[in-house]
Amino acid sequence: MAAYLIRRFLLMLLTLFGISIVIFALLRVVPGNIADILFSAAGMINPEDKLDIERQLGLDQPIYIQYVQWIAGLLHGDLGYSYVSEKPALDEILPRLPISGKLAAMALAFAVLFGIPLGVISAVRQNTLLDYVLRVVSLSGLSLPSFWLGLLILMLFVRYFGWIPIYTEPPKTWWNELVLFSIPAAAVGFRSSALMMRLTRSSMLEVLRQDYIRTARAKGASYAKVNFVHALRNAVLPIVTIVGIEAAFLVGGLIVTETVFNIPGVARFLVEAIKWRDYPIVQNLVMFIAVCVVSINFLIDMAYLALDPRIAYEK
Amino acid sequence: MATLETIETPPRRETWRSTTGYFLRRYPLGAAGAVIVAAFVLMALLAPWITQFDPTLTNPRVSLAYPGGDHPLGADFMGRDMWSRIVYGARISLAVGLGSTGLGCLFGVTIGLTSGYFGGWYDLLVQRLMDMMQSLPLLVMALVMTAALGPSLSNTIIAIAIPLVPSVARVIRSNTLMLRELPFVEASRAVGMNEFAIAIRHVLPNTLAPLIVLATAQLGSTILVEAALSFLGLGVPEPHPSWGRMLSESAAEYVRVAPWLVIFPGAAISLAVFGTNLLGDALRDILDPRQRD
Repeated sequence: MAAYLIRRFLLMLLTLFGISIVIFALLRVVPGNIADILFSAAGMINPEDKLDIERQLGLDQPIYIQYVQWIAGLLHGDLGYSYVSEKPALDEILPRLPISGKLAAMALAFAVLFGIPLGVISAVRQNTLLDYVLRVVSLSGLSLPSFWLGLLILMLFVRYFGWIPIYTEPPKTWWNELVLFSIPAAAVGFRSSALMMRLTRSSMLEVLRQDYIRTARAKGASYAKVNFVHALRNAVLPIVTIVGIEAAFLVGGLIVTETVFNIPGVARFLVEAIKWRDYPIVQNLVMFIAVCVVSINFLIDMAYLALDPRIAYEK
Repeated sequence: MATLETIETPPRRETWRSTTGYFLRRYPLGAAGAVIVAAFVLMALLAPWITQFDPTLTNPRVSLAYPGGDHPLGADFMGRDMWSRIVYGARISLAVGLGSTGLGCLFGVTIGLTSGYFGGWYDLLVQRLMDMMQSLPLLVMALVMTAALGPSLSNTIIAIAIPLVPSVARVIRSNTLMLRELPFVEASRAVGMNEFAIAIRHVLPNTLAPLIVLATAQLGSTILVEAALSFLGLGVPEPHPSWGRMLSESAAEYVRVAPWLVIFPGAAISLAVFGTNLLGDALRDILDPRQRD
């Protein structure tokens, strides 16, 4: 068990190390760095000034030295400086994190609240009209681009309430914040809830066929108790394991939704940084996302080991 | 479609019509999906014949024209006909969708088949690499790739194809691992076929069913990713009419005055993806019996 944990942990570090190289290399094959952008925008900068800028930003160093500098800084908590604002990258990223974090948490809550119960209902009523309707709804949830859903919601609000629920200034009370965030969170969460619903349904269908469910029914357990206690508790395990996929799914939704609702979170910041070729911001943010996804998957593996004794036996 | 018919055909006398009828009755949602997808394909193929205007033709006199008359879906700020732009946009979406799914599958199958069949340190290395690629969300990976490659139609296809590779490689590899232990592989070896020939002639065709299921499922998400990239201004550049970019152009300013500029491109994306998803679900039911309910 301990050996497995350690091996799994070392593998995780190896994966992250590999990702850091991939990200770094990808960003360096970009045609044109920030000096080029400044150069072409201002038009009249002479080549010497451009070299000067490159020297200041450390872009004249060989790539592997730039990489070692980045990683060394990362381990010391020094993420470098944003090329655009010239502030420390950490100071640019940290204040934006809680905003995206709250939005993601609310979207996930939305997904669980709707996705799991509806998935159970769909499985219990398999091949009825209700099941068909729910399946079509969940499939359309996977088909609607979340930015379009966001735009549609904005349009409805403008039309019927005369108010655009986009972020203009930091909300004053927690209640205002909750109201303001709930709309984009629903736009992101709809997609996630659709995914969750489909997984819950197929997982439930699997469980409902098991012998212990028949036993529970035979001993006279109530309808709700069989479906929501006996069956769901067993069906939830596979659903938990896909939280990693769900997290990756959410990030994609956050990127476009923060753009639509003008929310100053990290996801929108990433897109802006990419457009500006702001390497320190891009590489650190992408690395941060990778660390999140990889550690979530690691934690889930551990949780799974703890929750399902059958797996521990096989090891 | 050929595979689908041979597998699902009932034992009675089979004609083209009876097979179609059976598919319709057994998988009504899948049939609806097939119709939607076919409609979009036709739209893309027949674009010049079903539109009246060039999708890039600007005409200030009809700027923000209301839907109706000459412009059934209205016109945008520059007076470009929305119907033409949507129809030609189907070409872009399908090109990116099919192109990136095809490219992703090509790489994925090659990697999955070789690593599963030959194993060893090569397999280990490939698995680690796939792990790394899968730790980044599809859209983030595609964003970084487009940033690295620069905006163009073909680069968008590559940027979306590469992140697809790991999931295809995984599925093909696990299938190959199972298939290479089967007697027919050993028999081919016994009659003196070389390993490459066995992998390609005997193992590869048997991985086709899961590949079709996966590819159809991915087609919808590639169309969505293209729309998102273009919406963010990092996807297919002008002058190509991309549904996603139409939304980013119209979103900010015209949400109040010209809602049709927001409604139609988004509806086109959703419907196209919905169609491929419906079709994908039905194909999974047909071709992957383990998942059948």
